Amino acid sequence: MTAFILRRSLQSIVVLFIMSLIVFVGVNLVGDPVDMLINPEADQAEIDRVIRDLGLDRPVSEQYWYFVLNAFQGDLGRSFIFGEPALKLIVQRMPATMELALVSLLMAVVFGIPLGIYAGLKPTSKISKTIMAGSILGFSMPTFWVGIILIMFFSVHLGWLPSTGRGDVDTFFGVTSSVFTLDGLSHIFLPAFNLALFKLSSVIRLARAGTREVILQDYIKFARAKGLAESRVVRIHLLKNIMIPVITIIGLEFGSLIAFSTVTETVFAWPGMGKLIIDSIYNLDRPVVVAYLMIIVVIFVMLNLIVDILYSVLDPRVRIKGVS
Amino acid sequence: MGASANKQSFDLPATGLRKFWLDFSESPTAVIALFVFLTILFIAIFAPWVSPSNPYDLTSVDIMNSRLPPGSEDFSGNFYILGTDGAGRDMLSAIFYGLRVSLGVGALSGLVALILGASIGLSAAYFGGRFETIMMRIVDIQLSFPSILMALIILAAFGKGVEKTIIALILVQWAYYARAARASALVEKNKEYVEAAHCLALGDRRIILSHIAPNCMAPLIVVGTLQTAHAISLEATLSFLGLGLPITEPSLGLLIGNGFEYMYSGDFWISIFPGVALLITIVSINLVGDQLRDMFNPRLQK
Amino acid sequence: MDPILKINNLQTHFFTKAGILKAVDGVSFEIGAGEIVGLVGESGSGKSITGFSVMGLVDPPGKIIDGSINFKGQDLSALSNNQMQGFRGNRIAMIFQDPMMTLNPVLRIETQMIEAIQAHDGSISREDARIRSRDTLGLVGISSPDERLRAYPHQFSGGMRQRVSIAIAMLNRPDLIIADEPTTALDVTIQGQVISEMQKLCRETQTALLWITHDLAVVAGIADRVCVMYAGRIVEQGSVANIIANPMHPYTQGLMGSVPSQNRRGKPLQQINGMVPSMLNLPAGCAFQNRCNHANEKCSKIQPDITQLADRRQVRCFNVPAGQQV
Repeated sequence: MTAFILRRSLQSIVVLFIMSLIVFVGVNLVGDPVDMLINPEADQAEIDRVIRDLGLDRPVSEQYWYFVLNAFQGDLGRSFIFGEPALKLIVQRMPATMELALVSLLMAVVFGIPLGIYAGLKPTSKISKTIMAGSILGFSMPTFWVGIILIMFFSVHLGWLPSTGRGDVDTFFGVTSSVFTLDGLSHIFLPAFNLALFKLSSVIRLARAGTREVILQDYIKFARAKGLAESRVVRIHLLKNIMIPVITIIGLEFGSLIAFSTVTETVFAWPGMGKLIIDSIYNLDRPVVVAYLMIIVVIFVMLNLIVDILYSVLDPRVRIKGVS
Repeated sequence: MGASANKQSFDLPATGLRKFWLDFSESPTAVIALFVFLTILFIAIFAPWVSPSNPYDLTSVDIMNSRLPPGSEDFSGNFYILGTDGAGRDMLSAIFYGLRVSLGVGALSGLVALILGASIGLSAAYFGGRFETIMMRIVDIQLSFPSILMALIILAAFGKGVEKTIIALILVQWAYYARAARASALVEKNKEYVEAAHCLALGDRRIILSHIAPNCMAPLIVVGTLQTAHAISLEATLSFLGLGLPITEPSLGLLIGNGFEYMYSGDFWISIFPGVALLITIVSINLVGDQLRDMFNPRLQK
Repeated sequence: MDPILKINNLQTHFFTKAGILKAVDGVSFEIGAGEIVGLVGESGSGKSITGFSVMGLVDPPGKIIDGSINFKGQDLSALSNNQMQGFRGNRIAMIFQDPMMTLNPVLRIETQMIEAIQAHDGSISREDARIRSRDTLGLVGISSPDERLRAYPHQFSGGMRQRVSIAIAMLNRPDLIIADEPTTALDVTIQGQVISEMQKLCRETQTALLWITHDLAVVAGIADRVCVMYAGRIVEQGSVANIIANPMHPYTQGLMGSVPSQNRRGKPLQQINGMVPSMLNLPAGCAFQNRCNHANEKCSKIQPDITQLADRRQVRCFNVPAGQQV
């Protein structure tokens, strides 16, 4: 088990290294780094100074070394717009994004798994067909458009929920979040639901496919032959088996929730890092873009690692043999 | 004795297109979806002829007619069934032209990504070795990042524009085709007919293109349908965010984005109708794709 | 002796898109308390579906449409699924064919055993249930059962897993165990062990056993009586000794001929000609007619009825030698 985690961590470091290389090459070799990293309005003296500071007059290998060194020290450049370190800007906005993504994930799982299992257990029933039709619709609807519809219906038409921004926050056990206040909850509901909808569809599909496959297995029939109540067969025997693929995918999907939050945050003016990156791309604030990319890469690599470890904890076949 | 043998009648198995259509029409939903999609395709191709007006002909657009609700008529007697947008353009015409742009960009990027991805996937499976390992590692890494993120990275590096959006969509999609092509080519390359082709001393190129590739088409068509729907949706998202297509090529995404600002004043139609058109397009393609996938999936065959 | 299980004219049909598949079509037989009955047939003959019908575990589109399954005076086919739950794994237990597939891969053995006890005894403590599980594991020949309880299925070999399944079946001291080809997936050496242990266990605990198999030789070694199934019907039944010494139905004769035996060393094995007919498209008359050497015109028109013979013996064939009929 320890060996397994160690090996996986090592692999993650390799991927991180490769991705940092790609971002570095993307910034320095594909585009002109002077263009990318220096405020276009700067004068020649300023440009020369930054070129020296960034070591752009040195060989490429040495430049990469400085890039990595700076990145390790948390220095990913300064925002042209805000004049602050890019990393700081992103870290400030990260909790709002994480909160949004987590609430969405929770919504997708809490609704998606029971609906998917139901559709898998009774594939021919009317309700199941409705669920699956809904999931195709949810799968097909572009996130941003659903967001607009939600705002139009719940905010403009009914006037029930606010459509922009994050609500009041409160701190509980050291965690500061807007889900602890009523105002915060009312603000997060629409964007979280918007973001969840797309994932909800895939969780439903996944849970349904898993159920359909597991339900045919002999061990389910054997569990019934033991005289177990149907609820126990579903809750223990079925659920534990479909949770393995579901958890894997959910973990990986969490990353894509963070990525898609760029869209939702823009629609709902949610003050997270997703809105920041879109604004930064729009305003050509490249240091922030580069910093965001590096942060996202780290998040993804970490997520993959966590999912792998979680997977091995869930599946005794992997856990006990130690290696896969 | 064999009394029952001659009692049985054998239906000749339907072949080719006929069999394809028989299988496909098993799902009425898919047939309707296909019909809807073909209609949309027709509208997109012939937009200049089927639209009530040319929304981008500045001489026929009057700012005085801006934001007319659906079913309005202007002073010169023009009827706007879906209303007009902020610049006084007929929404229906704008949607028809938008479909043209959205489908065009989706289809073009899908086609190039298919050719690129399939070539890489097929060669990877066929040649194996280090080439395969490296290509598939790249595919794995790329697929572990969400498409929207990949597209944002590319657009952030290259800037916006029609070609750049298409390039971004191709780079986002190729890995899916490469993976699908490799998976089925791995199965095909060990079959006897490929061995036979080897025995005839045919060249690698010929074996890949005329022997293996045709037998890998089914999964690629399925991936292609679903990916095209995805590409259209992604392009709409990017254009909505203002990072995709420029205002000179208004796709559905851009139309929706334009309408977004008017929504709080209750002028819902400017955003809603292009969105409905987009949704119908994507849903119909996805339904067709789902049915194709079920048809080609050997595990679901009776 | 009153039989504990009495199946009468059981009809289990599958309503598929391609038509109605009569997997079990009028099966009747009895099992006495502590008796071991072999149910023999090829794959697709309906023998497993017969077992599942008794358990009330026929999956859709299958359905019991007629007949009765009388278990200790109660008709199981009339019970609701909830009522059936009380019997399953409690009074009637089942063992499946493939031990690699019957145990849930993500649950510990103890979880899978204890739940089987607690499902039928709400008052038993987890600790007591665990002790009973451990003892039962010991009973089926698993060494260091205490440790083994904590293990997961993949840590066992196929033979060991099948012993675990047997132990689970025995947990609640059932009156009847239905074993669906429990040794088919095992190595031949392990097969022998499992068969003799099963036989011993059932004899000791006076548990009746319905042993479903395609292998007549296995049945000859373990059972008291045999039912031979073909195309959803029992074509011949009687005591093992009688059937082995004097198989009457042409199908049983064919099965007997195809078993390698020491008495006929050097002679070629017989085989049954032709193939099992499609269950969706059975010929009129006797289902075996295409493959039968004695078939005549009558066989292709009329479905043969059961002929009662001496010694609780039954044959479903027109060509039963005269003088044996009662």
